Amino acid sequence: MTAMTGAKMVVQALKDQGVEVVFGYPGGAVLPIYDEIFQQNEIRHILVRHEQAAVHAAEGYARSTGRPGVVLVTSGPGATNAVTGLTDALMDSIPIVVLTGQVPTFMIGTDAFQEADTVGITRPCTKHNWLVSDTDSLSDVLHQAFHVARSGRPGPVLVDIPKDVQFASGSYVAPQAAKTSHYQPRRKGDPDRIAELVAAIEAAERPIFYTGGGVINSGPAASQLLRELVDATGIPVTSTLMGLGAYPGSGPNWLGMLGMHGLYEANLAMHDCDLMINIGARFDDRITGRIQDFSPNSRKAHIDIDPSSINKVIRVDIPIVGDVAHVLEDVLRVWKSRGRRTERDALAKWRARIDEWRRVDCLAFRQEGPTIKPQYAVARLEALTKGRDRYICTEVGQHQMWAAQYIRFEEPNRWMTSGGLGTMGYGFPSSIGVQMAHPDALVINVAGEASWLMNMQELGTATQYRLPVKQFILNNERLGMVRQWQQLLHGERYSHSWSESLPDFVKLAEAFGAKGIQCKDPADLDDAIMEMIKHDGPVVFDCLVEKHENCFPMIPSGEPHNKMILGDASTSDAIGAKGAVLV
Amino acid sequence: MSALKIEQGTSKHSAYDLRSNYADVNERHTLAVVVENEPGVLARVVGLFSGRGYNIESLTVAEIDHQGHRSRITIVTSGTPQIIEQIKAQLGRIVVVHDVHDLTVEGPSVERELALFKVTGEGEKRVEALRLADIFRANVVDSTLKSFTFEITGTPEKIDAFADLMRPLGLQEVARTGVAALARGPL
Ligand SMILES: Cc1ncc(C[n+]2csc(CCOP(=O)(O)OP(=O)(O)O)c2C)c(N)n1
Ligand SMILES: [Mg+2]
Repeated sequence: MTAMTGAKMVVQALKDQGVEVVFGYPGGAVLPIYDEIFQQNEIRHILVRHEQAAVHAAEGYARSTGRPGVVLVTSGPGATNAVTGLTDALMDSIPIVVLTGQVPTFMIGTDAFQEADTVGITRPCTKHNWLVSDTDSLSDVLHQAFHVARSGRPGPVLVDIPKDVQFASGSYVAPQAAKTSHYQPRRKGDPDRIAELVAAIEAAERPIFYTGGGVINSGPAASQLLRELVDATGIPVTSTLMGLGAYPGSGPNWLGMLGMHGLYEANLAMHDCDLMINIGARFDDRITGRIQDFSPNSRKAHIDIDPSSINKVIRVDIPIVGDVAHVLEDVLRVWKSRGRRTERDALAKWRARIDEWRRVDCLAFRQEGPTIKPQYAVARLEALTKGRDRYICTEVGQHQMWAAQYIRFEEPNRWMTSGGLGTMGYGFPSSIGVQMAHPDALVINVAGEASWLMNMQELGTATQYRLPVKQFILNNERLGMVRQWQQLLHGERYSHSWSESLPDFVKLAEAFGAKGIQCKDPADLDDAIMEMIKHDGPVVFDCLVEKHENCFPMIPSGEPHNKMILGDASTSDAIGAKGAVLV
Repeated sequence: MSALKIEQGTSKHSAYDLRSNYADVNERHTLAVVVENEPGVLARVVGLFSGRGYNIESLTVAEIDHQGHRSRITIVTSGTPQIIEQIKAQLGRIVVVHDVHDLTVEGPSVERELALFKVTGEGEKRVEALRLADIFRANVVDSTLKSFTFEITGTPEKIDAFADLMRPLGLQEVARTGVAALARGPL
C-alpha cells in the first residue's frame, strides 16, 4: 500500500492493468486526472472530438484486441454523451472501462454545475457501475472494474469519481490485492450436459453450428477449437453478424452469415436442421424471425457463459452454461474419446442439400450501366484488400449488411460492427480505436453517408494522430435501410429518408487535412480503391452508388426463415421450381 | 415489390413478437435475493424489474448481516414459468447479487407479512372489530375512544381476509410490509 492522491491512483491503476491508451475528453471534474496524465509518458491519451466517439473508439480497440478499452470523460455532459456507447457495448458484450468525473461529494445532490446522476443514468446500460465516495476505496474499485468488465460475459463498466476524491490522498492497492472473489462466473460446462451434446452430435442427421459473438469474446482459443470441431465433424457452420471470423470465410464448412440479411443456404439450413448447436449466440430477433416457426424440428443445444441467455427467447434441450473455449475443449475431447462418430451418410446427404441451396447464389448481382452498385463496390474492396493485415469496421444500414455479406473474414477480432444496438456513428470512431491498437494494419470503415456524418468530427482526431483510417462511404444519398423498409412495408412513402444537403466529402476531408477521393464510374473503382489503400493517412472515399438498391436476401421481420425474399438477380432465373416455393 | 405479400399494419409483422411455445399460465413465486448492501443495490433490482417489464407484487428489504453488509430482498413476483426463470437468471447476473433462492420451488417455506390496520367506529361495530381481531390474533397497538390500530402478522391471504372483514367495520387505513420468507427446516 502506497499513499497517493486519487488522481494519481487512477493513472497508477491504469498502468497496473496494462492499459496503453485512453480515449477521452477533459472537463472541470476530471482536471486532476488530466494533470496526472500530463506528467507521465506510459499511457497515451487520444483526444477525441465527442465523448460518444471516445466510447466507440474504446470499443473498436477492445474488439480488435480482446483487451478492455478505456475512456475518460468529465461529469454531466461528458458522461451523458457516453451513454450511447455504453449501451452499444452492453448489447454487444464489449469490455470497456469508462471513468467519469463527478462534482465533489459535498455538492452531490445540489444540482451543482455539470452535475448529473451518472451512476443512476448508466445503471441500466453498464454491466456494473460505482460511485467512489472516498479515496481509500478508489484503487480497489478501479481494479474490480477491470475484473468485472472482462470476466464472464464481458461488458462496459463505469467508475464515477468525484473531484474531491481525486484531490484527496489515500492508500493505493495493487490489482492482486483487490477484492474480486465475489464475482467469478462459471467457466467449465456441466460434464453430463456435454456428454449429452456429444451424443446428439453423433446421432444427428442434419446438424448445424450456429455461432455468435461469444466465440470471439471467449478469445482466440475458442475460435481455434471451433475450427477444429467443425472440420473434424464436417458439420456446417453459420454465424451471426457478431461472430464473423470465428470460423474462416474460406473454410470448407462455412455457410455464410444467417439472419434477416443472412444467406439463403444458412437460413434454410437453420430452418431444416435436426440439431442446432448454438455457441455463444443469443437467438436475437434478427436471427430467429417468427419465434413459433423458428427451426421447428430441431433439438437445440446452447453454450453460453450467461445463464440468462439460455431459454430467454427459445427453449433449448441441452443448455450448457460455460465459457465457449472451455466447453468446446471438453466437447472435442469427449467426442474424440468416444470414437469420433458422426452419421456420415446422413451428413453427406445434408451437405448435398445445402449445396443445392447454395446454387441459388443468393448474393448474385449484376454490375451493369454507368452507376456503381453498392454490392460491387464492397466486392471490389474485398478483392483488392483480402490477404492484407486488414480490419473492417462499419456504420449501420444497408452498407453494413453488404459488408457482412461480401467480405470474408478469416480471423476473429477483425470485424467491428454495432450489432445489438445498431448505432449509426459507431464505425468511424471505432476505426480510430482499431488503428490505435494496430498502427500498421489497414483499417477500413465501410460506411453509409448518413451514419458517417453522425461522428464525422472525428476526422480531426484521425488527422491529429495521423491515423490512416480509410472511410469507405457508400453514398446512396439515402438513409438506405430506412428507405428499403419504407419501400417494402410502407407503400413507398419515403418519409424523411433522403440525405439532403450533403457536404462535398472531398472538400470536407481536405478541410480537416485528410485526403478525399470521389468515385462514381465503375471503370475507375479499382484504381480509386488502390489510391485509397496506398495513401499514408486518413482517407474519405466518397463512393457514389446506385440510390435505390435493396439489400437482399431479406427475411421480413416477423416471418420465418423459409419466407426469405431474394434479390432481383436471383429471383428471375436462378431459383428452380423447388426454391421458388419457399421464396 | 409484389414478391413481398405483407398486409400492412398487421401486428404479426412486428420484429419483436417474442411469444414462444411455453406454457403461458402465470405463477406466483417468492424469491429471496441476498445482496451486497451498497448504495444503489435496490435500484439495480427494481430497475431490472421495471426495465424488463416484470411484475413486483411485493418487495421487502433490510440489512440482515451488519458486519458482512448483506441485505435480503424478498420479492413476490408473478409470470409464466419462462419469465420466472428469466427473472432469476437476470437477478443472478447482477454483480452485487450473491444468491437467488426461489422459495416457491425449493421446498416448503414460511411466508409472513406484517400489517397495521386503522379502524374507526362506535357501538356494535367497535365491539365486533375487537372480537374479530382476537380471532385473527391481531394486537391492539393504539386505541382511542373512536378507533383501534391493529397489528397483524400472517400470510398475505390471512391479511387480505382480515382486511375484508374490517372494511364494513370502519377500516380507514392499511400499512403492509410485504412478504418476508424463509425455507422450512434446518439449513
Ligand atoms: C443513431 C441511429 N439513429 C437511427 C437509426 C435508424 N437507422 C437504421 S439504418 C438508417 C439509415 C442509415 O443510412 P446510411 O448510413 O446512409 O446507410 P445506408 O443504409 O444508406 O447504407 C437509420 C436512420 C440508427 N440505426 N441509429
Ligand atoms: Mg446511405
